[in-house]
Amino acid sequence: MSTVTTQQPAKKGGFTAAASNYIDERTSISTAVKELGRKIFPDHWSFLLGEVALYSFVVILLTGSFLTFFFHAAMTPVVYDGSYVPLKGVEMSAAMNSTLNISFDIRGGLLMRQVHHWAALLFVASIGLHMLRIFFTGAFRKPRELNWVIGFVLFILAMGEGFTGYSLPDDLLSGNGLRIIDGMVKGIPLVGTWISFLLFGGEFPGEQIVGRLYTLHILLLPAIIVALIALHLLFIVIHKHTQFPGPGRTNGNAVGYPVLPVYAAKAGGFFFIVFGVITLIASLFTINPIWNYGPYDPSPVSAGTQPDWYIGFADGALRLIPPGLEFVWLDRTWSFNILIPLVALGLFIAVVMLYPFVEAWVTGDKREHHLLDRPRNAPTRTAIGAAGVTFYAGLWAAASSDIIATHFMLTMEGVIHTLQFVVIVGPFIAYFVTKRVCLALQKKDRELVLHGYESGRIVKLPGGEFIEVHEPLDEYERWRLVSFTDYKPLMIRPNANGKITVAQRVRASLSRWFFEDRIAPVTKTELEAAHGHGHHEVDMGEVEEITVGEMNVHRETVGR
Amino acid sequence: MREKRTSKPRRKSGRRHPLATVALIAIGLAVTGGAYAAINSSTATADTRPVASQSTIEQGEKLFQANCATCHGMGAAGTSAGPSLVGVGAASVDFQVGTGRMPLAQTGPQAEQKPVQFTDDQVKALADYVASLGPGPSIPADHLTNGGGNAANGAELFRINCAMCHNVAGAGGALTEGKFAPALTDVSGVHIYEAMVSGPQSMPVFNDLNISPEDKRDIITYLKYVQDNRSPGGFELGSLGPVAEGLFIWIFGLGSIVALTIWITAKSN
Repeated sequence: MSTVTTQQPAKKGGFTAAASNYIDERTSISTAVKELGRKIFPDHWSFLLGEVALYSFVVILLTGSFLTFFFHAAMTPVVYDGSYVPLKGVEMSAAMNSTLNISFDIRGGLLMRQVHHWAALLFVASIGLHMLRIFFTGAFRKPRELNWVIGFVLFILAMGEGFTGYSLPDDLLSGNGLRIIDGMVKGIPLVGTWISFLLFGGEFPGEQIVGRLYTLHILLLPAIIVALIALHLLFIVIHKHTQFPGPGRTNGNAVGYPVLPVYAAKAGGFFFIVFGVITLIASLFTINPIWNYGPYDPSPVSAGTQPDWYIGFADGALRLIPPGLEFVWLDRTWSFNILIPLVALGLFIAVVMLYPFVEAWVTGDKREHHLLDRPRNAPTRTAIGAAGVTFYAGLWAAASSDIIATHFMLTMEGVIHTLQFVVIVGPFIAYFVTKRVCLALQKKDRELVLHGYESGRIVKLPGGEFIEVHEPLDEYERWRLVSFTDYKPLMIRPNANGKITVAQRVRASLSRWFFEDRIAPVTKTELEAAHGHGHHEVDMGEVEEITVGEMNVHRETVGR
Repeated sequence: MREKRTSKPRRKSGRRHPLATVALIAIGLAVTGGAYAAINSSTATADTRPVASQSTIEQGEKLFQANCATCHGMGAAGTSAGPSLVGVGAASVDFQVGTGRMPLAQTGPQAEQKPVQFTDDQVKALADYVASLGPGPSIPADHLTNGGGNAANGAELFRINCAMCHNVAGAGGALTEGKFAPALTDVSGVHIYEAMVSGPQSMPVFNDLNISPEDKRDIITYLKYVQDNRSPGGFELGSLGPVAEGLFIWIFGLGSIVALTIWITAKSN
């Protein structure tokens, strides 16, 4: 509100000017507005994904507040006496009872529930896509490593929010989900049972868990998320937004629209678009029909019992682990069929979180990076990302192994074994294929820069030879293709004491792994040489031989 | 749909049958002896028995020899390719043939549903023939299968006994080795009842001591409720649970959002 009033020109005089003056004299808000209003945001569709997450979160907060007015977070047994006939007279917890009342007997309650749940799914999904964008464009590099970590913690917290929310209605589905968590916790040697009893206030399911999850869900986790979002956004303001390389865009500037008025209007409008899409989905499609699942009872389990999508990878890991890994040792049961997935997922998560620091160490790059990489220009990183995505996707798909089996008429065992292969071997295949594809695309870019694009015009030379004329790229397009950072493998150097440490060796070998196969960007000399050569008269292959042989001294190998 | 179509004409032809009067008296007797019927289900489900005559049994035998005996053997004594049908009862035949599972088109993990191969009279004749070979569960009476019971009790029983394979909303689910529990979204009450008493494919038998006929009626009532009442929340996405929801939000939710971000940023260029 105040931002709008202070923006009003004072010439009108009267009330507006007086009011804004009054506020400014007491808060000095004009400085902040001037500063923020001039913030520049580069324009690219993928830069809006984080905003989608933010807006979904706002939607979640709004609808969640509505739901808290009617939800009763207690496990006191009550007899349902609401409108839904197939549950009339059934004993259930107060939590389930109140959720059914929200769904059937409170005006707008079902829509609010569905908006809340769909928005939660979109929240985590948009965070995931946002993280992929950050990763594959290298936006996590200095100075943004810490912001990556903050964002990553937000992702984990969002999953925590999702899972606690999923468990609140105390229906059959959520109870089964909690039972799996209980089982995983109990699988931890020595302390597992104690932790489980602490969590559930005694033996599962007890009468405590819904109340406890509710406190986490509406108080603790949202508070931390809001604080971290604020920090996350503050860092964006401090660091300025990254941008894709392009004409006029350098590491030292940011090209785009200022927040006021254009960007604020766009972003504000976009909030309502996101809200609208979520509401549209929620009003047309059922989500989590707890009335089908009925109240929680430890004995029944429904076919197709799955967690919400973002917990799927953990469920999938449990489904993929082969049987027979449990044994008794030292008078205790060691459930390696629980421990191996737990450790594997923990390692995976840790690698994702720490990746920016690993890459910074391997490259030895201490510079700030405000220009994004095109994924092909960082082949090893892109390949690592693809391997990670494949690993995650395999685990994720495994959570729906039974649905895949029934809907594609396959055997469940076949699906499981295929996905075991995908999770273990798939990442390696994805790594090599992606790396080769990146290198090939870089090669194509090189050729485009050096020799132009095929114009489709065939010319007959005086000697009778036919050639296709290659047209040079325009400057803007060429700039996009040649401006990227080129890394070379680090040399092993002795330290001050004249020794080569183990860390140095590891670092050098990692660096070799990262940058051994690479295509160097076209240099100015190469470009001039290519253009001086009269490149568009001759066949591509011949030109390439000449330029590569003559000029490309530091281009090491391409592997083939 | 298919089951509804096939079951309705059967009832119609039943009314027009020469022996319908006898059947009507039998039903009347069965209803009058209510208390007895409640305890002894064989009486309650015996109303169709008088309709079986020597002629339908003979017709059934001919059909059986022409269509079923290859695997089940002459006299339904069973061969290495198919089990003996002595004592499986009319309910089993009416379910297997009436839903198109039998005659089997090909061997596989389990008999798949396909278009019904016989008319209702022929199915009836086959059922009568097999029932004449030895006592077994008969085709249930209408009052047990018309969905007039207690849906809440049925829903609870369904969750406890059936949902682990058929899913809480009857959407079906996977079993081992390519077998599966089919969706119950368009199965008639008669066939659901017959499946419970005969235990086709991998399904266990739920006899009358296990789940009483009234409880079976309640289960059918619940499934009919789910069939007839669409989800109050909108399209069900196949009632498959969080997998369908996750797929939907990624493809259509996030997909449309990404399309909108492209639109928003493209306008300004």
